[in-house]
Amino acid sequence: MANVIWTWIAAGLTLAIFSFLYKDNPFYKLAEHIYVGSSAAFWFIYLWYFDVKPKLVDAWVQNTGFEKYILIVPAILAVLMLTRFIPTISWLSRWAIAFTVGMGAGLGITGALQGFLVPQLQATLLPIWVHVSDKFTVNLGYSLNNFILVIGTIATIFYFYFSKEHRGGLGYASKVGITFIMIAFGASFGYTVMARISLLIGRLFFLLHDWLHLV
Amino acid sequence: MTALSTAFLFLILQFPAPPQNVRAYDTPNDAGNSITITWDLSLDDSVVSRYEIYRSRGEPSVDSAVAAGSVLRGSTKFEDNSVENNTPYFYFVRARADTLYADSKWSAAAYAKPQWFHTGRKSALVILIFFGILLFYYLQKAKQGAELYVRRIAGLEAVDEAVGRSTEMGRPILFILGLGFVSDIPTLAALAILKRVSKKAAEYESEVIVPCYDPVVMTAAQEVVKEGYMEAGRPDLYNERNVYYLTADQFGYAAGVDGIMVREKPGAVFLQGLFYAESLILAETGHSIGAIQISGTTAVTQLPFFIAATDYTLIGEEMYAASAYLSKDPLSLSTIKAEDVAKMVFIALFVLGVVLETLAVITGNQSFHFLKNWFALF
Repeated sequence: MANVIWTWIAAGLTLAIFSFLYKDNPFYKLAEHIYVGSSAAFWFIYLWYFDVKPKLVDAWVQNTGFEKYILIVPAILAVLMLTRFIPTISWLSRWAIAFTVGMGAGLGITGALQGFLVPQLQATLLPIWVHVSDKFTVNLGYSLNNFILVIGTIATIFYFYFSKEHRGGLGYASKVGITFIMIAFGASFGYTVMARISLLIGRLFFLLHDWLHLV
Repeated sequence: MTALSTAFLFLILQFPAPPQNVRAYDTPNDAGNSITITWDLSLDDSVVSRYEIYRSRGEPSVDSAVAAGSVLRGSTKFEDNSVENNTPYFYFVRARADTLYADSKWSAAAYAKPQWFHTGRKSALVILIFFGILLFYYLQKAKQGAELYVRRIAGLEAVDEAVGRSTEMGRPILFILGLGFVSDIPTLAALAILKRVSKKAAEYESEVIVPCYDPVVMTAAQEVVKEGYMEAGRPDLYNERNVYYLTADQFGYAAGVDGIMVREKPGAVFLQGLFYAESLILAETGHSIGAIQISGTTAVTQLPFFIAATDYTLIGEEMYAASAYLSKDPLSLSTIKAEDVAKMVFIALFVLGVVLETLAVITGNQSFHFLKNWFALF
């Protein structure tokens, strides 16, 4: 019985959210407020049980020595964030934010270098002459593919060159670059739309199968 | 039992040879709580089904030994990631063939420790130093008064226009920071744009609404908006309640922002930061209310949606250039210059690499792969 009730509630909320496709209305407002309120509450509990409690409170109880006392640093930063509630010392929260921003930027630099820049650079170091088993017969397909990849990469980097106005040779290169970017975006658009449609199908299947038992 | 049957039993019930040279050592370049164990294969590896790794804490004692894990035959390495730091652990490895097994000798004591420096990332340090030198050079040039040029970026030219249009219409400006955290670089770039928007809004006596996905981002956004209003000389117009936390749920956030859009009817919508599947929902709703929309993200999968549904889009690094472009601050401008020089160096390396790889194919000389192999070390 409880399952039936929850299915009806879920179906009603799904339809209420879908009603936004027509226009804003009281049903959408109700569903939106329930969604925002319950998810905010959920994340509050989630952060307590999966972040603060295991990583700070439990870790403080379980650890000893350096590993215990290093926890004072995040604890102080957390307390500094709470100074937002006291206007006279609310500026102290900037320290915690500054720490997080600095840490993020530092980690981001090495992550971007080792995760994106260098692997992509290495993967694009390709020969623009690829032969078949006979050394002097070109494999046109592979060679052309590599050539397009090389030209596309260089032209795209030129598009993101900011120190000069994009005129003359640089202008042509950046136009080729943005053309490559747009072709890539077009392909990505189609691919992602298909993924979104599968989400819609999932929701419609819930309505027609779990709720109405029509399919 | 006859001699013949004894010999037969011996052949059937043959124990595998034990693994040799078991070594246990702290796993390098990690955050601790891990010991790596290596060994030489049993001489009977082909009949071994698996190697079981046992550990004893404090002293090498079979009575207190517990199983740490197992690996298939042919393996000579295991990482035990469930140990305490600075505690002695002893290991032995058991070569198992069905019900028969043979144990190695105990390893020497091993202690898990976290490392402050990742020695495998020295090459990243080299690139950072190179970039740092470039940055320092251009910073000095900027300080000496040299003009550092940054090309026109259409999306950023439209910022003032969007704020002005919104003011003329008597509507607020909605600034959506996406789903990023304050440690994400796109969020930081978005905060820099928010500051400019806030300053302009304060000059025009307009209102900026910033619904946030993350509480820390909300705190940073409050500071940024406040600073923008102060720089414009209108701190009295700043309203902290216009920068608020919504929810940390992706689609809950999208539903909430959509509701704000249709009810507040902002004249300008800025979608700046990290976005995921909610990007098109937000951009389409912004479009439906007739707002001028300026988007920007580094999320490659979401950029097509922004390009399709918003008026101006900052693509990837254009967002990072935004703060320098808008503020004309020497430090920010010097970072753009240093980045551009670094890009040209990478293009030169790239062209050189392609030529070398092509030569390697044509001549069959493997030594031409040296540049590609060098990058593999990173």
